[in-house]
Amino acid sequence: MKIVKPAKAGTMESNDIYIMVYPNEKGNEIQLDSIVLKQFGKQIEKIIIDTLKELDVENALVVAKDRGALDYTIKARVETAIKRALE
Amino acid sequence: MINAVKREIPEYIEGYGKVKPFMGAYANYGEVRKVSTKLKSVKPGENKILSSIKEALLKCDIKDGMTVSFHHHLRNGDYVLNMVLEEIAKLGVKDITVAASSIFPCHAPLVEHIKNGVVTRIYANYMSGPVAEAVSKGLLKYPAIMHTHGGRARAIESGDLHIDIAFIAAPTCDSYGNINGVEGKSACGSLGYAIPDAMYADKVVAVTDNLVDYPACPIEISQEYVDYIVKVDEIGDPKGIVSGTTRITKDPVGLKIAKLAAQLIDESGLLKDGFSFQTGAGGTSLAVAAYVKDIMKRKNIKGSFAAGGITGYIVEMFEEGLFKALFDVQCFDLKAVESYKNNRAHQGMSASMYGNPHNKGAVVNNLDVMILGATEIDTDFNVNVTTGSNGIIMGGSGGHSDTAAGSKLSIVVTQLTKARLPIIVDKVTTVTTPGETIDAVVTERGIAINPRRTDLLEKLKDSNLPIYTIEELKAMAEKLTGIPEKIEFADKIVAIVEYRDGSVIDVVRQVR
Repeated sequence: MKIVKPAKAGTMESNDIYIMVYPNEKGNEIQLDSIVLKQFGKQIEKIIIDTLKELDVENALVVAKDRGALDYTIKARVETAIKRALE
Repeated sequence: MINAVKREIPEYIEGYGKVKPFMGAYANYGEVRKVSTKLKSVKPGENKILSSIKEALLKCDIKDGMTVSFHHHLRNGDYVLNMVLEEIAKLGVKDITVAASSIFPCHAPLVEHIKNGVVTRIYANYMSGPVAEAVSKGLLKYPAIMHTHGGRARAIESGDLHIDIAFIAAPTCDSYGNINGVEGKSACGSLGYAIPDAMYADKVVAVTDNLVDYPACPIEISQEYVDYIVKVDEIGDPKGIVSGTTRITKDPVGLKIAKLAAQLIDESGLLKDGFSFQTGAGGTSLAVAAYVKDIMKRKNIKGSFAAGGITGYIVEMFEEGLFKALFDVQCFDLKAVESYKNNRAHQGMSASMYGNPHNKGAVVNNLDVMILGATEIDTDFNVNVTTGSNGIIMGGSGGHSDTAAGSKLSIVVTQLTKARLPIIVDKVTTVTTPGETIDAVVTERGIAINPRRTDLLEKLKDSNLPIYTIEELKAMAEKLTGIPEKIEFADKIVAIVEYRDGSVIDVVRQVR
């Protein structure tokens, strides 16, 4: 699936994650900021990458501002943002 | 060496000295000595009022290496610590030890004094904000020493912590040094934490924004301890001193925890006539008080006392006749200040009377139930309230360890996970309070009882409460969050956590 426009999903509330998706010529790229970066940074990135793969997305810049979301929340927010970014 | 909570502690720490390892919460009772004090007697006709903090510092012969002390009743609205250190810095004095009962975000200017060597040592029972971050990053020359509220009183009385000059932030002071906290625009109520400082420091300076004619009554700190008085425009920002109201949580998770905790108290058998109780000012802790209040009213139970930093909510329970008296070391809100001023049975107490293990019996020893918080708790029931799970200092014991050790039933109330972090872990980042003094943990998904409390487990064996082992609670949390990666620390020790008896329960290392 091809990202054609910027889109977002999620909130900055505690236990949520705010996802912004942009078209990206260089392939998939993730910019993550998290209040639990030291403890869960790798895991959060992995969930985002896996979700992009599942959706066959190869041109997304994902900017993620995490406030302690659990894995299923992250997956749902990424999926929603991606679907909003398709035309 | 390894101490009684299985922490690896050096035998000697540079800038601290020889380490007395923690041997157990009740290992160090028995014969103790208090130090004698040195003072300059005042003859009739002498004037105690000086024109400025600078003049007071010069009169007290401020010099390199001295220890100056402060108390935290003005909390995040305090101006006194910053005013005094600014003058000390201007005088070119170096290598000062700041012994503050607590340090808050408003004390950010202290960071500069740390960087330029004016301040090289800190004692505190609690610290949060920029100073705590600076200490965690290793900016302070020597490790900070973290006490408990009762432990600080013990350290001062025993001479472990010698104070050269104590600065008392005085909401009201008369022309001969009698101080109270109930009058004046900066009224904050009880001045309990300042009392050991006033009694044992070589010099005592009252800093006030309400200088009144002699005598100021009631007297909380008396003229016999006060050398000098300085009048300033403002000792603090009223908005930061006391919160208008402290509120019960509206969060359904917090309420669920509180309800379970109240049921546990009820089933423990302690909730009967003569019941005594303490809780912090956090929303969940206050909600426990609300549920306990319902049970007391329903069963017509008349309690004995409530203690601590007193909140308006506890005052309401007292006014409804649910407690005979209140013991108050620090008022948390305006309603508590008002009650402390007007009710004879709303009794002030010093930090020593509150929690010092080395006097002839502290108030904590008479507590039935104590409600505590936690940043982390481990499967040995050790509690961390000193560092965040990122390793940065964001608190400290305060009265946590004192009340846990003294009370018959100490209950930690906490969410099972906070912002994806499991709160129950294998090993807490820093041990503040030893697990042997923690009896139960209550979370929204279940309760764990310390297996040492076989009596309590026996009492609860037919209970409908959701009781699990602490390992089961930990597994529930990790199933939701996953297992966090470990934080890495450097070797440098940035803070030493002293248990209330002065032994070292843990050290905090610099964050990488």
